[in-house]
Amino acid sequence: MVTAQDVVGTVTDPELPMLSLVDLGVVRDVREENGRVVVVITPTYSGCPALVEMRDDLVNALRTNGFEDAEVRTVLSPAWTTDWMTEEGRRKLAEAGISPPARVGPRSVGPVPLSLDPPARRLSCPQCGSRDTEELSRFSATACKALHRCRACREPFEYFKEI
Amino acid sequence: MNNAYDGLNEEHGDDARWAYGTGFADELSTVDRALPSTVDKADLAAYALMLGDDALVLAQRTSEWCSRAPELEEDVALANIALDLLGQARLLLTRAGEAGSRPSEAPSHVPDEDALAYFRTASSFRNVRMVELANGDFADTIARLLLFSCQRLALFTRLSASADPVIAAVAAKGAKELSYHRDHAARWTVRLGDGTEESRRRMIAALDRVWPYLDELFVAHPVELRLAGVAVDPASLRSEVDGVLDQVFAAATLSRPSVSPAEGGGRDGSHTDALAEVLAEMQVLARALPEATW
Repeated sequence: MVTAQDVVGTVTDPELPMLSLVDLGVVRDVREENGRVVVVITPTYSGCPALVEMRDDLVNALRTNGFEDAEVRTVLSPAWTTDWMTEEGRRKLAEAGISPPARVGPRSVGPVPLSLDPPARRLSCPQCGSRDTEELSRFSATACKALHRCRACREPFEYFKEI
Repeated sequence: MNNAYDGLNEEHGDDARWAYGTGFADELSTVDRALPSTVDKADLAAYALMLGDDALVLAQRTSEWCSRAPELEEDVALANIALDLLGQARLLLTRAGEAGSRPSEAPSHVPDEDALAYFRTASSFRNVRMVELANGDFADTIARLLLFSCQRLALFTRLSASADPVIAAVAAKGAKELSYHRDHAARWTVRLGDGTEESRRRMIAALDRVWPYLDELFVAHPVELRLAGVAVDPASLRSEVDGVLDQVFAAATLSRPSVSPAEGGGRDGSHTDALAEVLAEMQVLARALPEATW
């Protein structure tokens, strides 16, 4: 029998269709409340324009699979972190040519120090594997990615930045 | 679905809408939305409005760069920063609405966040003056983003422990985003300040233009002082912010501007003419066609 959990696991991110919302760590809970399926999601960024789309995709997928009474709740806290991305998700990103995020771990309390140094982590080019890469911009086609370039093959590539 | 734009197709159904617009329910959050019992509702609404208006007006100003930035990567970066700020603004204006703030002029079907964004005049906005200033050249925009994001990150880091659960959640999330904004502005300040003769001249001029508006970010409003535990006294952030700015200036081989502070008063609705210009652009569609959905 297909469970609500199974159905939720098939719904992909509107901006990164190679990842499911579960891979991305956006789905925080799937549970049943008095016969109603409740899916709890959290936005990646405050301004994520895909949130409404995610909700509708989840509800539609659940209805199509017989879960007529489905509700999606959005929570803000705790704030989403790339550490919630699954191993499977990281692998799929890499396969799609997007460099996956490093682990950030728990954030220390107190003021956030500013570092003006170039990023310590050298990414490998997803095209040719060269380590001779550079950061072009910390912002890219979506809020969650940064733009890098390989100096060996000259191809630009995206990097899912830690948050 | 194969790509992000499939959501725009008609066959996708009426419920699905890509990106922001009006005319559909958008439950932003089910964090504990109860209002803390010990907090004065009007003060909480006023505070959420101050924080929300700062973010909304700067989001609108920053988005004016869209398609006009000096390079494609920068266009994308500024648009992303504007989007983060807009997201933060929506959550904060929604909170202000929950605490009772809503302009009576707004048509009743418009959600609180839209009512507050589109149906108030300049004197009802509670943002600091810095965010409403015209964009100027690219260096002006970077100088403002640097000063604003340094103060805002310090503030949001502290507000993540706010006694208001919604403000705390918005701040904890927003702080992560602001740290990227601050990084971006700081790196550009170094690149321009320590760059060519022309870029350096412009960066210095830009900081001189924006610096007079910095003091207003640290002046405590009576609302902030009354909301102990919920709000943070902005005066207490000054030394942390000064420390970060000095670090950036040292790396950029610049010195702190020595210009006199400008008049403040934005928190009480006293604004420069620039705010009315921003609002005219931002509000024209919603006011001309209040039934429009997009």
